[in-house]
Amino acid sequence: MAAVNTSVPDGRTRPPRPSARSRRARPSPVSALRWAVLIVIGGYLLLPLLAMAEFSTRGTATGRSLDAWREIGSNADLLGAITMSLELSALTVVATLILLVPTMTWVHLRVPRMRRLVEFACLLPLTIPAIVLVVGIGPIYLWVNYLLGDSPLTLTFVYVILVLPYAHRAIDGGLGSADIVTLAEAARSLGASWPRVLVNIVLPNIRGAVISASIISVALVLGEFTVASLLNFDTLQVVINLLGKRDAAVSVAVSAAALLFAFVLLYALAQVASRRPGTVAADATEEGPTP
Amino acid sequence: MTTDIADSSPTDRLAERPGAAVQLVGLHRSFGKVRALDGLSLDVAAGEFVALLGPSGCGKTTALRALAGLDELDSGRILVGGQDITRLSSNRRGMGMVFQAYSLFPTMTARDNVAYGLRLRGVGTRTRRRRAEELLELVGLASHAVHYPHQLSGGQQQRVALARALAVQPEVLLLDEPLSALDAKVRAQLRDEIRRIQLDVGITTLFVTHDQEEALAVADRVGVLHAGRLEQIARPGDLYDRPRTAFVAEFVGLSNPLRGRARSGELGLLGTRLPLLPGSAFEGPVRAFVRPESVTVDPVPDQDQGHGAPIGRVLSVSFLGSLCRVRIQLPDQDPVLAQIPKAEAARLSPGSPVRVTIRPVPVFAEPA
Repeated sequence: MAAVNTSVPDGRTRPPRPSARSRRARPSPVSALRWAVLIVIGGYLLLPLLAMAEFSTRGTATGRSLDAWREIGSNADLLGAITMSLELSALTVVATLILLVPTMTWVHLRVPRMRRLVEFACLLPLTIPAIVLVVGIGPIYLWVNYLLGDSPLTLTFVYVILVLPYAHRAIDGGLGSADIVTLAEAARSLGASWPRVLVNIVLPNIRGAVISASIISVALVLGEFTVASLLNFDTLQVVINLLGKRDAAVSVAVSAAALLFAFVLLYALAQVASRRPGTVAADATEEGPTP
Repeated sequence: MTTDIADSSPTDRLAERPGAAVQLVGLHRSFGKVRALDGLSLDVAAGEFVALLGPSGCGKTTALRALAGLDELDSGRILVGGQDITRLSSNRRGMGMVFQAYSLFPTMTARDNVAYGLRLRGVGTRTRRRRAEELLELVGLASHAVHYPHQLSGGQQQRVALARALAVQPEVLLLDEPLSALDAKVRAQLRDEIRRIQLDVGITTLFVTHDQEEALAVADRVGVLHAGRLEQIARPGDLYDRPRTAFVAEFVGLSNPLRGRARSGELGLLGTRLPLLPGSAFEGPVRAFVRPESVTVDPVPDQDQGHGAPIGRVLSVSFLGSLCRVRIQLPDQDPVLAQIPKAEAARLSPGSPVRVTIRPVPVFAEPA
């Protein structure tokens, strides 16, 4: 399409504006760069997954086979480890939230001068290598096993410590982004006890942060290998490692499945976190009388 | 209880439980080396609307928060309806409070916000829903019951907060600068609305503000706080016309601090004998606080200069609508402000000579 010079009131001419079709035909440099970055990063992330898919579906003869993937459902050790890791994830999330949310809320509302100290304590596990941590807690776990049995679920204690830095960051961000102090004072002046303030006011307002903390905790627990292996517990990653020595295809299939599962789980949690009040029917918020 | 509630209007119900008298006795509160409250004592009658006025850091919000139980006291006593509530936790004090910051619960609708206090008291779903809607109607937001706070304007949010505070039928309503975040027009509207509702329900109300116009316009009495102490508490007109301290004279409204000499309870100033208010310095050199509307200004033809009252020069004329504010430089005094009708100000321009006199109204004076 021919370009036409257009006159402006002062008599000067300005360059023709590109038509919609020509704009579509020639992407802007920014747009091209955006696509290039997307393709490079997408390739970087997807290639290993595709390689895993390719490797885990190699048949013994020519063609493809899903035998390795079928093995996931029939291997009792693997199923046990998957169940165990999921239980560990759930327990770790619950324990972390029970420990952190009330503590951090209390510090935020009542003793803000302690915030730095709590932050320091929570960030400490980041600075301690896993091997050092295991050496330190090994003797403690002798007592834990003696008192609570030797179930891998006892790993919850150490996993809570491992997720503290990440969960603390997420929850601290949530508490900082809402004016929790004023909201809590408003609720108190209306007659709310501190537990009610926590449940009715604080938690709904830091829901996104709590879900973020949960996502991080789940991801960390599902992927944790070092501590579980050194303490001789059979979690998903430990079993995958053992399987890899016996049957590489099954091991890779399980890894790929674990990645997919984690992605779906985290995506679902993120979707829940992104829901905003006001997008649901108001009546849905009605609750029964509070004692 | 719920049957009664259902059968009467929210205003009637709130009026059935009139406000309680409030006594603050010798309140002390320090934050480090800063004394926020320094022996504050205040009596508020049942059903009275008292505004606490003062500059930033004078302790007015600290006093209100102490009354609400949100801040602890170093010493002193708080009595509501004759009962000592000093050690009672904030959630057991039964007071309604509206905060300066928007404090609606973001995850609840306007109706749920208003009903929250009732929910805590175990009121049934249907009853509390109806009462919440009645209160929203009282503040003019019945049609916004299912809106979330982020869907409401600032003024609407503060209205809902007021309805929420009133829903629990408190004996005392505490308003902590609830209008300061609003624009001027909404502020004036909501201010009048708060007063209307307060008069309707007869609830004892303490209103903290740094806005003099707000305090003087709505309160039965205005208490002026300074450095953690109550300087004076009086009806708005008395506070303005009969200040008892230099701080009140200077802080409330505009005033001209003028130097003069007091003798036997009178002050000779710019050719006028002014009676001195109780509490003033009655003898010797003083600094008197004269309201701009007490200053009269007359243009002086050149040939008349040197006769009668002192001649000053107009520095500036500011238009205020029906009135104008004129700034005048007098010999041996700081510049003086005069507030005169627009028609009179039309004869003045910067630099023109004027004769300045003062109406013989009582003034407050402190030793110079």
